[in-house]
Amino acid sequence: MDTQTSLLTKHYRTLSYISGPLVFVERVANVGYGEIVTITGADGAPRAGQVLEVNRERAVVQVFTGTRGLDADTTRAHFTGNVARLGVAMEMLGRTLNGAGQPLDGGPAVIPEKFLDIHGEPINPYARDHPSEFIQTGISAIDGLNTLVRGQKLPIFSGYGLPANEIAAQIAMHARVLGTSEKFAVVFAALGITHREASFFIQRFETSGALDRTVLFLNLADDPTIERLITPRAALTTAEYLAFDQGLHVLVIITDMTNYCEALREVANAREQVPGRRGYPGDLYTDLATIYERAGRIKDKPGSITQLIILNMPDDDITHPIPDLTGYITEGQIVLSRDLHRRGIYPPIDPLPCLSRLMNAGIGAGKTRADHRGVADQLYSFYAQGRDLRRLVAIIGEAGLGAADRKYLAFADRFEQEFIGQGDTNRAIEDTLNLGWELLRAFPANELKRIKREHIVKYGKGERG
Amino acid sequence: MRGAITRVAGPVVVAENLIGAQMYEVVRVGALGLIGEVIRIEGDGATIQVYEDTAGLRVGDPVAASGAPLQVELAPGLLGSIFDGIQRPLPVLRDQTGDFIARGVTAPALDRAVKWQFTPIARAGDVLEPGDLIGSVPETAQIAHRVLVPPNTRGTLIEINAGAFSIDEPIGILQNDGARIEIKLAQKWAVRSARPYARKLDPDTPLITGQRVIDSFFPVTKGGTAIIPGGFGSGKTVAEQTLAKWADADIVIYVGCGERGNEMTDVLEEFPQLIDARTNEPLMRRTILIANTSNMPVAAREASIYTGITLAEFYRDMGYDVALMADSTSRWGEALREISGRLEEMPGEEGYPAYLATRLADFYERAGRVIALGKDARVGSVTVIGAVSPPGGDFSEPMTQNSLRVAGAFWGLDTGLARRRHFPAINWITSYSLYDLRKWFVENVASDWEAQTGEAMALLQEETKLMEIVQLVGSDALAEDQKALLQSARMVREDYLQQFAFHEIDAFCPPHKQYWMLRVILAFQRELMRAIKRSALLDRVIKTETPVAPPNNENGASRAQEPVPSKAQEQIAGEFAQSLAPGGVPMTSTDHGALLERALALPIVAEIARMKEWKHAEAESRARALIEQIEREVGALR
Ligand SMILES: Nc1ncnc2c1ncn2[C@@H]1O[C@H](COP(=O)(O)OP(=O)(O)OP(=O)(O)O)[C@@H](O)[C@H]1O
Ligand SMILES: [Mg+2]
Repeated sequence: MDTQTSLLTKHYRTLSYISGPLVFVERVANVGYGEIVTITGADGAPRAGQVLEVNRERAVVQVFTGTRGLDADTTRAHFTGNVARLGVAMEMLGRTLNGAGQPLDGGPAVIPEKFLDIHGEPINPYARDHPSEFIQTGISAIDGLNTLVRGQKLPIFSGYGLPANEIAAQIAMHARVLGTSEKFAVVFAALGITHREASFFIQRFETSGALDRTVLFLNLADDPTIERLITPRAALTTAEYLAFDQGLHVLVIITDMTNYCEALREVANAREQVPGRRGYPGDLYTDLATIYERAGRIKDKPGSITQLIILNMPDDDITHPIPDLTGYITEGQIVLSRDLHRRGIYPPIDPLPCLSRLMNAGIGAGKTRADHRGVADQLYSFYAQGRDLRRLVAIIGEAGLGAADRKYLAFADRFEQEFIGQGDTNRAIEDTLNLGWELLRAFPANELKRIKREHIVKYGKGERG
Repeated sequence: MRGAITRVAGPVVVAENLIGAQMYEVVRVGALGLIGEVIRIEGDGATIQVYEDTAGLRVGDPVAASGAPLQVELAPGLLGSIFDGIQRPLPVLRDQTGDFIARGVTAPALDRAVKWQFTPIARAGDVLEPGDLIGSVPETAQIAHRVLVPPNTRGTLIEINAGAFSIDEPIGILQNDGARIEIKLAQKWAVRSARPYARKLDPDTPLITGQRVIDSFFPVTKGGTAIIPGGFGSGKTVAEQTLAKWADADIVIYVGCGERGNEMTDVLEEFPQLIDARTNEPLMRRTILIANTSNMPVAAREASIYTGITLAEFYRDMGYDVALMADSTSRWGEALREISGRLEEMPGEEGYPAYLATRLADFYERAGRVIALGKDARVGSVTVIGAVSPPGGDFSEPMTQNSLRVAGAFWGLDTGLARRRHFPAINWITSYSLYDLRKWFVENVASDWEAQTGEAMALLQEETKLMEIVQLVGSDALAEDQKALLQSARMVREDYLQQFAFHEIDAFCPPHKQYWMLRVILAFQRELMRAIKRSALLDRVIKTETPVAPPNNENGASRAQEPVPSKAQEQIAGEFAQSLAPGGVPMTSTDHGALLERALALPIVAEIARMKEWKHAEAESRARALIEQIEREVGALR
């Protein structure tokens, strides 16, 4: 982060109050809202902070690295006169930075080509270009049923112990746009994850040879929690530069947004704000939107930002405010299932609550295949029926089912084992669709209500039951 | 008048020395001149909500009052435009500051360079009252932009000119008590006050949406209000966009209030390509887009729905039917909550301010079908369709509950249906419409519209009851006719209620096609029931022909000696004969399970599933033919 001082810098020793991550500085003058502050305690180490509120008497400052060890008497506050800015450059590719954008890899400081406000500015909706390029991830549950396109923002709703990281890494490694080999970059933002998790990602980037096209922003579990509030913004500022100034296709991976939200809650509590649902701040939706909306494509610009966001649903509860508000902003969601995971199915993606809102724009003739929509809908419909029946079987036993119902049950089992449970394999979209047809063979043609007749004729050849 | 900032907290700024500032007055804040609005006054201090990011504002920075409240510009050229929440034209902002919206930019809402061809209707010497027609401008090929005397303006027309004018140039002069008032194509209106009208009318005409579940079961009127609550991904935006495309309104105002940027792009890219079947014009030409996405400033989001509804009222006053789509009203509510929190107001339920309910009611109250001001008593309407995004998809929260109180139609989206890919995911059991439009449908579509839709709804309700039993004991416990009913209800759900919004033909389904589709499904249901009854009767006939156990009554013993009571047998035989469709010989097999299975395997079942693809104009003839075929083929089942 840019902490260069300007002519307007002001020093104060007037701390009146310290509460959680906040300090209150009295009798300030000429302090700007959102301004970056350097707080120095008795230990002499500078800590970065930001003005959350300012009035004639005082400024409320949130200290990113925490307030432990600060006291009201000796602590100095130095107002820099700048809002939070990040120096960005192409040479950031291949670098490892901390959550605030400073080198962690022992390398030299990044020589900035530009300083950018990490909060960014909203993309003018009129300047947006609709994302529509199919990205093949190699995962059938995604490519076949919830297709990802370039410029989309898609979260993975996970639960503790579920393999969201593996799936995200797999997507990052395999993701390719059919028929192209354009310049890409990965921006990885770690928010409060463990060293083990972070090194897993780094290793995967390394083995696939993507590491020198990756910028790592690491705020790990033992790093200051409030710093997490800047990390995704620093990462996205870098991504915007790489995508819209340099024309790269940027994949941003952010993990774990749950930790980000916890940090926000901590600040809100310290400010004694009226809490919203389950203690999270009332403006959590807006706050998350200012992160997630920094994705997409811009007219007449070659680059793009695709966001893959990982979050853990507390108690596996999809109605918890974090997944809930995320789902309200992102363009769909991939939901992992503990049940599938327990049964050894990998990737344990439960297709029913999954969604890709941009799927329609990325599939069909000329993009994937003409029958894609129909096949996906039909698989969905039969699988949903099979799942409903499974619940019923749990109550009344399989004997109570008719022959027709048993067919759906059998389908649901095969679908989970073969279509979803593909293991680590990397499946081409053709293979995904063909496998879908293979499974649909269990049904006579007139039950395939979701598929166009001509597609049944063309792709659904062979015997059916 | 200039004041100075004393406090900055997010989008809320407090200033002192703003003497004489008025509530809702627009002010410019700080060196960049950020746009704000006064929302509270205490002494000479004012609290301001700022429509742009406030980072960098300092205590002591200047605040300048503008003397006017937040208003929108009303003139030809609005149609086809895209604005932010405070009516800044987004294409112009892009020209000025690039792909990202910088702070402090302003631009007039409408282009001054465009000349509009004005044709006067009023003549010099006419005494004109508010709302009287002065003349007209062809805003689009379809929409005649009626130039009206603004509210609160009256006088004698002393001059009027025909020709090409920009919106700022005077087209005529009114004289009132010696004052000369220039009439221009452009006028302004403060967004937070409803525009006046002569009288509200009872709405009696449906807004035809072309969505079967809505038009057939939960219609909304022109001038009515409807809400679409639903969890994320349940289909609110698709519904709003589908209605914006196909509803038979003259003008559509689409407010993207705190939602996704790409959804605005959807509209911007798609609407110019789509042709309105009624006018042969691109849909964009009847549409105004207000885009204040989730990452744009929250105070402007709060203003966006007022900007939208003011534009709607403006066209209503010209005598048009306007539909306003607000996606999502919850984001407006949250903006209100956020600002209220910064004001440190006493929070009500879930942190929303206590005045949430009143504000919502005031907003929805601006919908309606009215006789506009003016001598020619034009009738226009504003229909409001508001999406609601309840946290966790739970409808018991304040936004949904308060909206329910004021809305005339409730289209409840069901996440469970959406996950099964049943779209539109409108729950047919919990949704309702308070509008009684039976008369209109009977007069304009079919005399038995009510009977048909009623029968279909009864089927669906019966299905829900039966499914409760099935959930407990399985479907084997059901009688054959109940199993058949489940199949017919499923047909109503899949082949009628489900409507894929992106289908080339089925995206819009006109009422007469809806009617004929229903007729077909109900014919199938009727014939299927008959066939089952027939085979059950046949069963009984066969059984009663051989000696059976005596009727279980007191005289059983004596009766047992008698021949089988002929009365019962005769009655059965009679019913049986009656139930026979023309032709067809009863067979001895009485396996109803097989009968139902055979019925469902008939090619007509597949044809029913393809009714959605029928061309609208062919719906009736194909339906009649299919009904005949159903009667024949299901009637022949034994
Ligand atoms: N009528 C429909 N036909 C086909 N698909 C539909 C229909 N309605 C919804 N969908 C599907 O559901 C997805 C989600 O719908 P939509 O974006 O309208 O949800 P939403 O309720 O607006 O969600 P959010 O609150 O997060 O904005 C769409 O992307 C589309 O795939
Ligand atoms: Mg939506």
